[in-house]
Amino acid sequence: MLRVPIPEGPDAGLFRVLRDDGSADPANDPFLSPEQLGAMHRQMRRLRVLEARMVVLQRQGRVGFYGSCTGQEATPIAVGLALSPDDWVFPALRESAIMLVRGFALTSYIAQVFGNSRDLLKGRQMPSHMSGRSVNQVSWSSCIGPQIPQAVGCAMAMQRAGKREIAVGFSGDGATSQPDFHNAMTFAARFAAPCLIICQNNHWSISVPTAKQTASATIAVKGRAYGVPSVRVDGNDVLAVYVAVRDAAARARDGGGPSFIECVTYRMGAHSTSDDPTRYRSNEEVESWARKDPLDRLERYLRRAGLLDDAALAALDDELKAEVERAIDEVEPAPPPSREQLFEDVYASPTWPLLEQRAALSQVPKAESPH
Amino acid sequence: MTKMRVREALRAAMIEEMDRDPSVFLLGEEVGHYQGAYKVTEGMLAKFGATRVIDTPIAESGFAGLAIGAAMVGLRPIVEFMTWNFSSVAFDQIVNSAAKIRQMSGGQLHVPIVFRAPNGSARQVGSQHSHAMEHFYAHVPGLKCVAPATPADAYGMLKTAIRDDDPVLFFESETLYSLSGEVPDDPAFTVPFGQARVAREGADVSLISYSRVVHTCLEAADALAKQGIDAEVIDLRSLRPLDEAALVATVSRTHRAVVVHEGWPYGGVGAEIVDRVQRLAFDQLDAPVERVCFLDVPMPYNAALERLVIPQVDRVLEAVKTVTYAR
Ligand SMILES: Cc1ncc(C[n+]2csc(CCOP(=O)(O)OP(=O)(O)O)c2C)c(N)n1
Ligand SMILES: [Mg+2]
Repeated sequence: MLRVPIPEGPDAGLFRVLRDDGSADPANDPFLSPEQLGAMHRQMRRLRVLEARMVVLQRQGRVGFYGSCTGQEATPIAVGLALSPDDWVFPALRESAIMLVRGFALTSYIAQVFGNSRDLLKGRQMPSHMSGRSVNQVSWSSCIGPQIPQAVGCAMAMQRAGKREIAVGFSGDGATSQPDFHNAMTFAARFAAPCLIICQNNHWSISVPTAKQTASATIAVKGRAYGVPSVRVDGNDVLAVYVAVRDAAARARDGGGPSFIECVTYRMGAHSTSDDPTRYRSNEEVESWARKDPLDRLERYLRRAGLLDDAALAALDDELKAEVERAIDEVEPAPPPSREQLFEDVYASPTWPLLEQRAALSQVPKAESPH
Repeated sequence: MTKMRVREALRAAMIEEMDRDPSVFLLGEEVGHYQGAYKVTEGMLAKFGATRVIDTPIAESGFAGLAIGAAMVGLRPIVEFMTWNFSSVAFDQIVNSAAKIRQMSGGQLHVPIVFRAPNGSARQVGSQHSHAMEHFYAHVPGLKCVAPATPADAYGMLKTAIRDDDPVLFFESETLYSLSGEVPDDPAFTVPFGQARVAREGADVSLISYSRVVHTCLEAADALAKQGIDAEVIDLRSLRPLDEAALVATVSRTHRAVVVHEGWPYGGVGAEIVDRVQRLAFDQLDAPVERVCFLDVPMPYNAALERLVIPQVDRVLEAVKTVTYAR
């Protein structure tokens, strides 16, 4: 079994598998089968297509908001593939798509973006706050940070029940300034919780660069003081993230306690559709990261291995675009959730004030209020 | 008078106070280089430099605590939260420290600080981003809470807030930032706390409100005028201290009242107003006071549902029908 080295210095190194020339470092290569590599590539490509499409829908006024993970696809896809089906995922803003890798239907996912009656969440949540009980994924919190200690608590519950499942909690680089991040570290280590805390360091927290967020040389080093084994991984190298997560998950499952993984990556797009990044960062910086694109990295490797060529890539893109388009066409026309649903799920069963409000609202003619 | 938007009025107030008093400084997320998440602080970093306009890491409890510490030793911080929702992670600093330091120190120390941010519903931002946080904070002795609805009040009340020696929580509204109106040119102009404003005079019913929904009430008053009902609109502006005399005065004129605000109906500022009206002006009332607030559920995202939860003109009109026994 591969082991990600855990260096001692303040700079936690940078674990990589895929080299710039498209070869893989044999010392670290997980030697996935061609089928596994193909599935990984398809998932990453689909996520790229999906995110681009969602941002366009927002610009067209068809959805209200979107926070895309473009440029950061390697981590959600690698994590989705490296975990076991019953493990729990507590994502931050850029990792919703893990649920797609673990079998959540694309149509349901897109229905959540529209927040209409096809949406499992009944139109309650902003886009990019998906969750699905069927794939053990909860929603992140709009208020940065709470999911990180929650993941630790979930892991402790798994441990207590004698299960082999683990929990994974996500954070951005900015979120590591929040007390919740530090709480998660304190408790994860103190109770040897079977969990992974993963930070996608995408170099920006809206307009604040990581260097102005913290004076810490790396994010990874923040885990060490708490006693959490911490590594720094090339977050644009999907195989490296896969290996790091697989190893850390195995250790957690075997009673080895928590791990912290900093995935070094870059947010290629805007923070969200409410943001204009040209106001605070240079084109040169964005272009320098475009040259390290995680999809290019994997595709270079696949081409070199004879597993991909231009024609196959074009065909795959066409297929994925059609799949996303079909899903949009299927769910977009659905009407809003019914107004009676406003009063559901506030409590396990509706209290009398809720029932009263529902009755009062049902007296209002529908024409007066949309739907 | 100069016509300006609410965001410009807030900016002018901060700039004038920072020019006047070197102990005033601003800190928060995105206030400097980004020019403010809602452009309220545009140009301020260039004007005052990075020691007086401070971009912070994302840690509200951290920078709220820093500001309280600095305020205890004589600085006058203005803390901007990206929205009041995010103050929830700094709740302890505000409620347990800012509000109590004067009292706990036997008056030896005090915290001249302003916390300001947009509050209430925005548009389709979901339950965690749509809180009306004034209800939580107005509960707390030691805090002053104000929520202006116009550019002139935004300007005049922010100046008062910055000069105040106690912690002031200043509630803005994302959907009001672009509202324009006349602001007095006199730099000595301020608006004192604890004084409501009659936004529209009327004789038949009082619509009592503050912040964004004052404008909903004004729209409702126009609609009522067409039905021959003359509504008075009261803009409280200041929630703590509360202008009890203005409440008594308006109800004494109209004998009927509807309280309209964002936030839930359970407890809160609206309940407080109803308490004052029934206790201080019981004999003036011709009908029980009605309230129009959020429905008592977490805010949904879907636009059609969100519209049903937030107070709208049609719901104000319905409530007026109830207090005028017109149904
Ligand atoms: C408590 C709180 N403060 C501020 C915000 C506003 N906000 C939303 S995302 C964000 C930046 C997050 O940066 P990071 O953790 O690096 O994640 P990224 O968006 O880069 O993935 C901020 C400041 C918030 N949502 N919650
Ligand atoms: Mg970030």
